[in-house]
Amino acid sequence: MTENRRLGIVVSGSLTKGVEVKLNSSASVEDMAVGRFVTIEGQKRRFFGMITDISLGVIDQKLTITPPDTSDPFIAEVLAGTSTYGTIHVLPTLTIGGDVATMIEGPQSVKTVPSHFSVVNLASQQDVELVFGSEDEKKFYIGTPLDMETKVCLDLTELVKRSNGIFGKSGTGKTFLTRLLLIGMLQKGTAVNLVFDMHSEYGWESRSEEGRKVKALKQLFPSKVAVFTLDEESSRRRRVSTDFVVRIGYDEIEPEDIVLLRQTLNLTDASVQAVYQLAREFGYKRWIEATLALEDGEETRELLTKLNIHESTYGNLRRGLETIRRLPFLESHTPDNPVKRILEYLDRGINIVLEFGRYTDITAYILVANLLSRRIHAQYQERMERAIGEDIAQPRPLVITIEEAHKFLNPDVASQTIFGTIAREMRKYNVTLLVIDQRPSGIDSEVMSQIGTKITCLLDNDRDIDSVLTGVPNKSELKSVLSKLESRQQALIFGHAVPMPVVVRTREYGSAESYKDFIPSEEAGKPAEKDIEELWE
Amino acid sequence: MKNMAEMQRVGEVIEASTTEFVAQCYELYQSPPLGSLVKTRDLPMELYGIVYNATTTSLDPGRRPIARGKDEATEEEIYRSSPQLLKLLRSEFGALVVGHKDNGKLRHYLPPRPARIHSFVYQCTPDEIREFSQSFDFLNILLNAHLPVSTEELISACIRQMSQAYEDRHAFLVAVGKELAILLGGNLNQLKAILGRIKG
Repeated sequence: MTENRRLGIVVSGSLTKGVEVKLNSSASVEDMAVGRFVTIEGQKRRFFGMITDISLGVIDQKLTITPPDTSDPFIAEVLAGTSTYGTIHVLPTLTIGGDVATMIEGPQSVKTVPSHFSVVNLASQQDVELVFGSEDEKKFYIGTPLDMETKVCLDLTELVKRSNGIFGKSGTGKTFLTRLLLIGMLQKGTAVNLVFDMHSEYGWESRSEEGRKVKALKQLFPSKVAVFTLDEESSRRRRVSTDFVVRIGYDEIEPEDIVLLRQTLNLTDASVQAVYQLAREFGYKRWIEATLALEDGEETRELLTKLNIHESTYGNLRRGLETIRRLPFLESHTPDNPVKRILEYLDRGINIVLEFGRYTDITAYILVANLLSRRIHAQYQERMERAIGEDIAQPRPLVITIEEAHKFLNPDVASQTIFGTIAREMRKYNVTLLVIDQRPSGIDSEVMSQIGTKITCLLDNDRDIDSVLTGVPNKSELKSVLSKLESRQQALIFGHAVPMPVVVRTREYGSAESYKDFIPSEEAGKPAEKDIEELWE
Repeated sequence: MKNMAEMQRVGEVIEASTTEFVAQCYELYQSPPLGSLVKTRDLPMELYGIVYNATTTSLDPGRRPIARGKDEATEEEIYRSSPQLLKLLRSEFGALVVGHKDNGKLRHYLPPRPARIHSFVYQCTPDEIREFSQSFDFLNILLNAHLPVSTEELISACIRQMSQAYEDRHAFLVAVGKELAILLGGNLNQLKAILGRIKG
């Protein structure tokens, strides 16, 4: 068994760059794959690492100029592995046995390299299990390593302590992964979630790329998930039972909310200044209404002169505000405060998916997400401080999921939005982000560096890849792995929640079988097994 | 050692040095094939050699054989009509020492002492060949020897001979080929020449 797994021996390398392994003649380069795990049997320690590059070598350069007659199978067989050979580049990341610390505390990060000619084997199931753990009440099974059946598990308690990111080109399975992660958090109860669901995919159900219906959170966890909606009609048409219809009053929109929309509303710097002046003039509660109520006339001109606002600035601002006014979910005053409602649900441990329905344009999304998050964050901050002062239970960890994150977290606005703040201050107030984006290069590098765990599907733009890998050791090795991912169902996970970077084939989601695994036993256990089978039909 | 008597005795050492020995065959023309593994004893040691050269000459170096077949119909007739020929000619072969067995332990390097004159020389059995070729260290001795025959010829002949002792000839040839590819890493032409002679 071990004989078959044997790949070769370590011939050179360094701690920073990884080690070079010469393949045995029995191991074909064509069977290797970047991202696959190997173990290295050093003299004193066992190392665990990942293949990051594969190359060909010849013993004598003359061979490349006058290649031998390899049409003869005998000659080809003799030369393979001797005069011509394959090498793989392995990045050892952990030690998984041999010294005292590893025996007591489990895998440790490497501080040295294996000695010359240490034997390199393909990692066995047990080795991978040792590193990535097995499913338990904290760990959630997210997928399997390449060509292996072992489960790769994420430590969700660790995961929610920091902000996390899911990146990937459009169509590579970001939504799919997000849904999986959210389910994990629901299943393990490590945090409550607030999902700003731009395309209404996470609440009730959605469709996979093949057009198959896929169940989403509420169908799987009816008692733990509430669907809020901005667009009642759309929800009704899709036969989604909603728990609350969100309406936002003009009096709730503060100048800061408008500042954030600067880009989408095409506001000038002067207009942004004018917003504050108007707010001071009319009061923070009714400035929008009052501004929108201004009529073209002598009085308005006088007011503008008084406030020192240029007419063109006013025009620019006015056009912007008109765009906002056209959003149907905004009302002059709302009887029910959505922030209060959201907090009520979150306090009861119920996760919220806020569907945007038809309002998928970015203005609505940024406005609502930012507005709600800011207030919720403020509440959390207050409670957290009280909890520390009065020594009472801290509020439940909250994970806010946002899509199109580069619109909130680009370098121009990251310092102003609440999301920038949450990402930076991290877990201090028990609020973290789950950022979903297809253009990570658009995200402020400061925010990017604070993201704890990154789950990355295929990216092919160099700038995006660079941005995802900022601050990661052995960047160039991971880069080659990342750009070679398959376009579906494969993701590279690295960061806080996993002991080392890992390429996974994400677990199945969407079939009746797969749903069963997600449901906690107390919810699924009640009806007889047979009934469940029927339910899934 | 017990079955020494059963083994095929092919000659007797008539000249010996540290690196090689020359044996005379008991029968004319009965020298072992080029490249075959032979052994001789110098108790408690056994010396292994690889046949690199064979000659048949006149017994008396001063008297060269003369052509005799003018009136004979076949070549066999020549020997039949002059039976003394078999006694006046002799066949010899030279073997390069490639290893020895000391107290039952096989070593692929030169023995401390050369073979003794008049030691018997035996052809190795397939079992012995397989045992000896567990290690390919002897190839190095062959590669570095300065002999009248070319190294490529001798090595390929030796490998061809040895491979006959194996059931899976191909596996043996590939394994030895790989060893050669490593030894001859800097000399591709020689490698190609040998591989070309042993394949198939």
